[in-house]
Amino acid sequence: MKIAVLSDIHGNLEALRACLAHAEGEGAGMHAFLGDLVGYGADPVACLGLLADHAAKGALLVRGNHDEAALGGLCEDMNPVAREATHWTRAKLGSTERDLLASLPFMTRRGDLLFVHAGADVPEKWEYITSCSQAAHCMEAAQAAVTFAGHVHQPSLFFAAGSGAGRFQPVPGVPIPLTGRRRWLAIAGSVGQPRDGNNAAAYALYDEEERMLTFFRVPYDHMSAARKIIAAGLPERLALRLHKGE
Amino acid sequence: MEGAAHLKPGTAIGAYRVQEKLREGGMAALYRVVPNAGGEPGLLKVPKLEFGNHPACYAGFEVEQMILGRVAGIHVPRLLASGEGDCGPYLVMEHIAGKSFADHAAAAPLPAGEVARLGAILASALHDLHRQEVVHHDLKPSHVILREDGQAALVDFGLAFHGHLPDLVAAESDRPLGTAAYISPEQIARVRGDPRSDIFSLGVILYLLATGRMPFGDPAGMAGVRRRLYIDPLPPRRIVRDLPEWLQEIILHCLEVRADQRYATAAQVAHDLRHPDQVVLTERGRRAKRPGPLVVARRWLASLSATPLSNKLPTEHLALAPNVLVAVDTSCKNEALFQALRDATRHIIGGEQHWRVSCVSVQEPSLLTEQEDGAEIMRALHMQRLVELHHWVRPLGLPQERLRFHVLEGSDVPARLLEHARASHADHIIIGARGSSGLRRLLGSVSSRVAAEAPCSVTVVRAAQAADMDT
Repeated sequence: MKIAVLSDIHGNLEALRACLAHAEGEGAGMHAFLGDLVGYGADPVACLGLLADHAAKGALLVRGNHDEAALGGLCEDMNPVAREATHWTRAKLGSTERDLLASLPFMTRRGDLLFVHAGADVPEKWEYITSCSQAAHCMEAAQAAVTFAGHVHQPSLFFAAGSGAGRFQPVPGVPIPLTGRRRWLAIAGSVGQPRDGNNAAAYALYDEEERMLTFFRVPYDHMSAARKIIAAGLPERLALRLHKGE
Repeated sequence: MEGAAHLKPGTAIGAYRVQEKLREGGMAALYRVVPNAGGEPGLLKVPKLEFGNHPACYAGFEVEQMILGRVAGIHVPRLLASGEGDCGPYLVMEHIAGKSFADHAAAAPLPAGEVARLGAILASALHDLHRQEVVHHDLKPSHVILREDGQAALVDFGLAFHGHLPDLVAAESDRPLGTAAYISPEQIARVRGDPRSDIFSLGVILYLLATGRMPFGDPAGMAGVRRRLYIDPLPPRRIVRDLPEWLQEIILHCLEVRADQRYATAAQVAHDLRHPDQVVLTERGRRAKRPGPLVVARRWLASLSATPLSNKLPTEHLALAPNVLVAVDTSCKNEALFQALRDATRHIIGGEQHWRVSCVSVQEPSLLTEQEDGAEIMRALHMQRLVELHHWVRPLGLPQERLRFHVLEGSDVPARLLEHARASHADHIIIGARGSSGLRRLLGSVSSRVAAEAPCSVTVVRAAQAADMDT
């Protein structure tokens, strides 16, 4: 089975649709959505509708910090722009959307794979994995052959090495064999708000039989997504960063 | 589970059966295996995973498995199978029949012509690997096998680097990765992925084949390994008196301490080894002794500062040194086309740092050359073509050491050009389109066949033409 791993969609419908279409073309038979389904973008309801359809067909979904905040959790830790977007999103969600978000687990497993939004150690603490030592800690806690995570909006691949971890910057479109007897941690990047200077949406595709992981970048209509953000009265900065991808 | 080092003959591994153990190294054991279904035997590699072995053993195995799964062609062994068996993880690859370069090295010093022949074969194989985004990082005679068809195959990718794959082996160790006698200065500083590191090791192999000696000995400790950062090897001509200057020039050019002072690509080394008459001699070729203590002291000081890290991929290094082949039919006497070819050449080498331009022309045999004194006439025509090529390139004002000239002979012009492009690892061909006469349409043009069959990009150049009345 080929699993499309999509993280940090952030209510960006254009990016989500582009990635789903791309994954279909690549032969994805299953989807895993790694949280932060909403927040920042102008289409939380439409995105959640699409994700609910996938969930009904067996897709895996986990909870992100923005999903929790949209349910009414504390967002005092967030920066003012994120907080404003959270309040805007809360007002848009109906009971169907709220029920879906409330049903999301913090992490989920499939065989020797683990799916989680942030650090696997204490997922509800929403730890960012940006260093090799944090990655090593996460892989140790996950006890899985391959851990898929998001939260950090830059795609990268970590692997257990010696007593810690090594890091690799994946090349888009090039499959990487994930050898056995070694733990791996894939940070899928962000579908709806890329922040590595490349404005194309990011997702990853994992082929379970071949144990091959491919990171993809998918250009999408970011102009429309940005226009909707401005039309919705969300902070202009959120529209601008979609253009720049940062 | 059976230990990797003790598989008995007859043991089943996937679709193969163990025949005999060939050798056992520090990292892995190698067996000859035969497919259950019959067919050619393969080479089974099983990493040593027993307690007490360094984790890098397994990382090296993983890296080899990953890279063999990604590279192709005659210069690498084919990956036949891989998986997990009772013996643990394993891989089966093509068993390459042929003599290892270690056998040739044992007979060193070899005559200059033989060193150049073997060296060019090895350099070509190396360039093919670099083009596939891989740096070997452990090039030495025992890792090169001369296939029965005369081509070199590189083996053992346990320390190799692939620009598109995680560098598992580097993450597993904080020591320099390579073999002490062959390791390049930047590898000592743990720089990974620079193709010029392999060119340094190639220089060590050439030195060994030419002189029978190791340029830097076989140091056991780190201090001994680091000496190559500031002490030059003894010039090969001091060891073998009649070694030609051009060969010393090539060897010492490969062995430059700073990577940016070495050959930029293995293709350039292969070319120079195949065309000794075109090697541009410098002080290196004539050097009679090692540099004095002042130079050594300055280099020693420089060796203490950190080596700048580059994050370029292997192929990004190669892209800075394109080999541009310009096919110039000097017999056509079309000044406008000559100028258009020069403009295209200037444009294509434009921004790159270490380009080379090969000016190539094909001399077709004529009735005259079939006469009794044909060879003499052919030589004169050849010389005439050569001076015409020099004349063509002169207005560009390019540095001589970057230019190469070839007059090929044959009646099938496109076939000769394509053959030369393949042998010289051309990255780009520039060729003129001579016109569109009815005869040319009937016979097919040289440029269209070259464009259709070339192993690289082709730019077909046309001189500016006035618009026709009826178009």
